[in-house]
Amino acid sequence: MTRLVVDLNRCQGYAQCAFLAPDVFAMHGEEALVYNPRAEREQRERVARAVAACPVQAITADGLDGHPEGASDAAH
Amino acid sequence: MPPTDYLDWLRREGRIVIVGASLAGLRGAETLRAEGFGGELTMIGDEPYEPYDRPPLSKAVLLGRAAPHHTELPRRREIDAKWRLGVAATGLDTEAKRVRLADGDEVEYDRLLIATGVRARPWPREDEARLEGVFTLRTRDDAAALLRRLKAGPRRVFVIGAGFTGSEIASACREQGIAVTVAERAGAPLVGALGGVIGAVAADMHRENGVDLRTGVMVTALEGDPVGRVRAVHLSDESIVEADVVIVSLGATRNTDWLAGSGLGAGPRGIACDAGCRAFDFRGIVTDDVFVAGDVARSPHALFGYQFLSLEHWGNAVAQAEIAAHNMISPSAARRPHLWVPAFWSSQFGVNIKSVGVPPMGEQIMITQGSPAERRFVGVYGYQGRTIAAVSFDNTRWLEFYQREIERGGPFPVEFPTVDRRPEGRVPVDAGFPDPALPTHGPMVTLSGHSPTDQQLVFHPAHH
Amino acid sequence: MTQTSMLRRITDFANRADPYPLYEELRRTPVLHEEEDGPYLVSTYHDIKALLHDPRISSDAANLASLGQDELSGPEATGLPPSFIRLDPPEHDRLRRIANSSFGPPHRPHRVDNMLGQLEEIVTGLIDGLGDAREIDLVDQFAYPFPVTVICRLLGVPREDEPRFRSWVDPIVAGLDPDTRTAAGAERAAQEARLQLGMYLNGLVEQRARETRDDMLSDLVHSHGPDGAMTTMEVLSTSVLLLIAGHETTVNLITNGMLTLLRYPEILERLRHDPGLSVRIVEELLRYEPPVQLLPQRTCIADIEVRGVTIPKGSRIWLVLGAGNRDPHRFTDPDRFDPDRRDIQHLGFGSGIHSCFGAPLARLETQIALSELARRLDSPRLVADPPPYRQNAVLRGPRHLGIAIDGVK
Repeated sequence: MTRLVVDLNRCQGYAQCAFLAPDVFAMHGEEALVYNPRAEREQRERVARAVAACPVQAITADGLDGHPEGASDAAH
Repeated sequence: MPPTDYLDWLRREGRIVIVGASLAGLRGAETLRAEGFGGELTMIGDEPYEPYDRPPLSKAVLLGRAAPHHTELPRRREIDAKWRLGVAATGLDTEAKRVRLADGDEVEYDRLLIATGVRARPWPREDEARLEGVFTLRTRDDAAALLRRLKAGPRRVFVIGAGFTGSEIASACREQGIAVTVAERAGAPLVGALGGVIGAVAADMHRENGVDLRTGVMVTALEGDPVGRVRAVHLSDESIVEADVVIVSLGATRNTDWLAGSGLGAGPRGIACDAGCRAFDFRGIVTDDVFVAGDVARSPHALFGYQFLSLEHWGNAVAQAEIAAHNMISPSAARRPHLWVPAFWSSQFGVNIKSVGVPPMGEQIMITQGSPAERRFVGVYGYQGRTIAAVSFDNTRWLEFYQREIERGGPFPVEFPTVDRRPEGRVPVDAGFPDPALPTHGPMVTLSGHSPTDQQLVFHPAHH
Repeated sequence: MTQTSMLRRITDFANRADPYPLYEELRRTPVLHEEEDGPYLVSTYHDIKALLHDPRISSDAANLASLGQDELSGPEATGLPPSFIRLDPPEHDRLRRIANSSFGPPHRPHRVDNMLGQLEEIVTGLIDGLGDAREIDLVDQFAYPFPVTVICRLLGVPREDEPRFRSWVDPIVAGLDPDTRTAAGAERAAQEARLQLGMYLNGLVEQRARETRDDMLSDLVHSHGPDGAMTTMEVLSTSVLLLIAGHETTVNLITNGMLTLLRYPEILERLRHDPGLSVRIVEELLRYEPPVQLLPQRTCIADIEVRGVTIPKGSRIWLVLGAGNRDPHRFTDPDRFDPDRRDIQHLGFGSGIHSCFGAPLARLETQIALSELARRLDSPRLVADPPPYRQNAVLRGPRHLGIAIDGVK
């Protein structure tokens, strides 16, 4: 399992996550994102793609932190 | 001990207690560790769960895209804390530096971070609130219980209060084909947060999506059947709506009761703290070892006339917790102010609503891009000749421009041309906020005056 | 002011292989305006980012046309009406939404994800096709055919028609490069190919109108959301846009990627053992060697102030993404290619409402291409460094990339 959270203040609806991990992230309308905060293990590769592709680095996931500030360099 | 020696000692082997094990508490703890705090860390939370995220509860969870008990927050790092979960803090002795717990235990601290957040304001009549089928939505247990009822196919859901949460719940119900009535005391949904002009757009969205929206009415009573299940809602216009699920969405109350008698400047509007997140005591004197972050805090903001702001915003909880944690273990010269520009989001009826700044300060609004009729636009709020806030419906990529305008005190009305400026957006109109004396549901940003010991702030005298 | 203007030096082919020292010089004057009627060059990260989200900046082709200045017209100069790249809201938003409804979420959330297997299969086929050559041209033998095949599959071009389809696309794409545009007959060949391609696509569109399949053309033909339906002309212009705009950029991203990996052999070695590293490699590439170097098509519709410089209403603005991506005030040690950096919020796909439409597909294509090339090429070495470049300063990339190998695994 991968726990994840999206900072929806940062999110600008580029939908890269919803393209790259469509069973975890989904667009609700044109711009609003809904996601499952607990992704199945077999989604891990896709979630990693989504985290890296987010143009505003809004996705934080266990061990895959895309957040540019804070303690993102921590090994987990 | 000289201050620097004390800090060195604190960072090395001091005891830090965080009361509140939700978003702000967790991010605060992570920041403490990330910045080198090596002492003992205790996390106290009244819910029996590790920190979880709440916004999905009224969105992804009700839409069936996430499980109510599976919204735990990811960790940015190990925090190596002692967890006291499922036990509420019931008292604080600032003199002895002790937190009292509901199970009778006491936890000593050298520095304390209070991040106890808010709870849903319950239906005020207790006998009616106890009827089966009456819900609030704040915790994951609330969400699980509500979801079970929604899945069972209720005949009609009645939502009391059309703030953001109430609107999101109504939206999720409609998406699943459930009949919904929403009652709002103000003239439209979201009025307290975004004003009447935007509220009118929100009202249209409700109705287009099949919500039976009743505005300008109050709920006077919840009626139960002989076996104690709710069956109808009575309104101030004398109408009666039959409903088997009632969701009370009347905003939130700050969790400060446990601080009664602590001497802190704490009351129903939150705990006053300075821009560095240090709590004020009830005399208005700042404390040295009690810090505050998240929904429960009210702190002065330079951009908004140094008024104390209470922000029920996800992003504020994160930003303020990071600042508080940093300041807790830093010498005064290295401390930072919490200067986060308020920002929030909501998604309802398939539309993404975002805002920056403090809309309720706005006297006027103008639509600078797009069109409310198309549900895609940017609205800018003005206060005394400057831009104070902006809201977007499905137009979020422009908002960062307006955030800079707010930060630099850009002029209002917005005279410059923009792409997609429509004729109706060239003139500012009254933003349509209700008289602040009339409470509305869930304004999310509350301006609470200039004084940490605001007269409107009720100070609870000591119980003992 | 230097004797030769910065603008001329940027477009000067002599600087194509390494424009970055020039950009470093450019950033010293964050808002540079050299000639009275010339564009304002903006080159630092935060300024570019801000302007990409500034509603006083227009992308409308009509604004440039009225200035009589469009010499660096982009890849979508096809003779069709302006695509959404060259429009402002609300027209931009409407057309992009309809196009997106055939391509991605919320309407087609699995379209790109479902391509994964096919992307791998196409890459495998192309690498197998290298045979036992000891020297390959990565551009002609891999990076060039790959995206065309992908777009064929997405649109729904039958496999037996793919070779024919590519025979039309090649001259069109070649005709876009100012280098070959001037060559005698090239423009006529492109024109002829465009006609043939249009007729072919038109036939497919009619077929899909009768019989729906699970492909983008079917979705475009049958689009009937709140934004209305697409006309056949709009379907054709959208298909050609996806084809052309998505092509050159992906070719360059893959080629720049392999070139960079060959210059950083220790990272190539790591990728060989850890295909997952390709995800971060591609993001860092989009920062370090972005396929679109600058956006030359914006104008401002009001006086705007950037760093104390007033850019008057009606001015052209060039946003030099390649310079912003190497801004030392934004990125630590910006001239180092480092996929391990935690913070790669690049401008490679732009930002704001015009951010790259095909970005998720380009990412996947390049991730798979690079990890497979790393895994299967035996001891790859650059034949020439720098390799020969295309003329184009905007869509910058090598024309050929010779790689010596000991074989294919």
